[in-house]
Amino acid sequence: MNFIVDLIAATLRNATPLVYGAVGETYAERSGVLNLGIEGTMYAGAFSGFAVAYTTGSLLLGLVAAIVVGLVAGSLMAFLTVTLGANQHVSGIGLTILLIGLSEFFNRLMFGGTEVQRIDPFPQLEAPTILGSLAPLFSQYGLTWIAFLVVVPGAWWVLNRSSFGLEVRAVGENPEAADAAGIRVAQTRYLALMLGGALMAIGGAFFTLALLGSFTLDIIAGRGWVAIALVIFGRWRIMRVVGGALLFAAVYSLQLRLRILPGWGDVPFELLLALPYLVVIVALAISGRNVEYPGAYLKPYRRS
Amino acid sequence: MTLVRTRLPRPSSLASPWSTPGLVVVAVLLTFLLTAGPILMAGANPIDAYVQFLIVPLTSRFSILEVLVASTPILLTGTAVALAFRGGYWNIGAEGQLLVGAIVAAALGQVSGLPQVVQVPLIILGGALGGGLWALGPAVLRVRFGIDEVVTTLLLNPVALLLVDALLHGPWRDPVSGFPESPRIVDAAEFPQLLERSRLHLGFLVAMVVVVAIGYVISRTPAGLRLRAVGLSPNGARFAGIDVSRTLLLTALASGAIAGIAGAGEVAGMQYRLTSGISPGYGYTGIVVATLGTLTMPGVTLAALFLGDLAVGASSAGRALGIPSQLGAVVQGTLLLVTIGLLAVRRNRAAGAVRPGAVGQDAESVASDVVMGATEDEDAAQDGREP
Repeated sequence: MNFIVDLIAATLRNATPLVYGAVGETYAERSGVLNLGIEGTMYAGAFSGFAVAYTTGSLLLGLVAAIVVGLVAGSLMAFLTVTLGANQHVSGIGLTILLIGLSEFFNRLMFGGTEVQRIDPFPQLEAPTILGSLAPLFSQYGLTWIAFLVVVPGAWWVLNRSSFGLEVRAVGENPEAADAAGIRVAQTRYLALMLGGALMAIGGAFFTLALLGSFTLDIIAGRGWVAIALVIFGRWRIMRVVGGALLFAAVYSLQLRLRILPGWGDVPFELLLALPYLVVIVALAISGRNVEYPGAYLKPYRRS
Repeated sequence: MTLVRTRLPRPSSLASPWSTPGLVVVAVLLTFLLTAGPILMAGANPIDAYVQFLIVPLTSRFSILEVLVASTPILLTGTAVALAFRGGYWNIGAEGQLLVGAIVAAALGQVSGLPQVVQVPLIILGGALGGGLWALGPAVLRVRFGIDEVVTTLLLNPVALLLVDALLHGPWRDPVSGFPESPRIVDAAEFPQLLERSRLHLGFLVAMVVVVAIGYVISRTPAGLRLRAVGLSPNGARFAGIDVSRTLLLTALASGAIAGIAGAGEVAGMQYRLTSGISPGYGYTGIVVATLGTLTMPGVTLAALFLGDLAVGASSAGRALGIPSQLGAVVQGTLLLVTIGLLAVRRNRAAGAVRPGAVGQDAESVASDVVMGATEDEDAAQDGREP
């Protein structure tokens, strides 16, 4: 029982950065832009959040800094792919290389790169003791609560029920028709990419400001790529995408626990760490066949 | 679309900023302008820094050869990426393919008792095999089930790194030092040095042979014609009777194999063992090289030499001026974004000159148009995913 409760609690915790990242990517892709800058945006969110929290002593300012970095990253991606109409794959990879490079450059400048600096991270919220053995389920980080109670339902509602969401879907599906209907295609894509970038950066900052309290190199370790896979796995629908994030996090949390069980000691833990990535690929292979991409996926829009 | 290979006319002179060489020069200048900010923040003079980056590495025999050493792996990953992109296959997994090539090379390098003339070619082949193997999964998923190769090749990069770590912390942990490094490869497995007092090794020659061979295959053979046709328009290619799936599969495997050879070269020519730092992102740098080289082999060669120069310069600038060597990655990322942006602007200009609003097919830049994607055939590229 305790094992199950702990596993579910850890799953929610480990799913948090993926939920932010994958929801952010969903917005970008629903507007018609594949943002491979996600890995770098999460990385820069993790670093900038940490650096600002460390220098100012305020975790909230750190979070704000990460959001600003995410907005800037999103608008840079938008400038390249929307304004200039540059290739989305290469722009995204370039953004990731640049943002990881900048983060590591400033990390070296500020902290010298010798010993790991630490901050007091956001604490996990205390669950009332009345919950008994279920308490671990509810003693989560504030950012986890926000992710599942605010961001997920909010992102679903905005995308599916609000006029902004309708515009995002319209420019991602058929920009010509959207344009004819008076929707500003470029502006909508900018907003979707910036909103997405901010969410991705919060996902990265979750590692430094909540989970770890420190910044280490390779801190994102491919989770941005995982988020992109989850978006395809979830067929660009918020709830399915979040379900995929929970699946990945469950496998991830399970392998962490398998390591300490007898009989598994001989399996190198690196192979167990690789397991969630392979599960995502298998999940894609099973459910991702011939999925229907957003109509204007990868296509820049120019009036003709 | 014509399937006949033609020498394309060059409408603009070399002096124009919109010719390919002109565009690359503008991209480099813009990049230096943009990266002056971080350099100033590091308390250094940008002009001094650029002199360190570009000129200093070319001022001594030793450092010129070091530039060639640094260019070796990225010549190969750049070729691997350019080949795949030309064929319309978005292989972003050169990093993982390089690592698996390095693993196979390190394994073969520990076999003793073989003569060097046998073991060295064996290691090169083994590296190619390892890289090709790592590229196989995503390629099959793509052609059989229509699974986007961008995601799967990307996801396999961290998996390959974890595989390296598992080996280095497990069976291959150095028995003498206890460090997470594989045992040193045997003497007969080492790539011969090409020159006295230099680290330049056989891998550079191998890379040049691969570049020339791939350039020949792409531009002069039926296989290359099919590859280019699929890259430009899978539907058109299918209509012309080309087996699109088979072409994509071969493109992916060749690309992975070339990246794998890069890994073998780093193991057998440089480190003489597998380490977890065997590649500081050579696979991703390959994307920069391929884009800057506008997906042509002469371009890739020049771009790899240029980035090799920058890499040697970045580490010497770090020591001389106190700039963190991570600036190298900042310059690479900026250069990639500036180049892809300028290529898009050029395409937009060309398109505007022909018919407003249309996406350009100007003859000069067919190759780079593929890297910019988003041609009218992007529909078809999507369709190419269907089995």
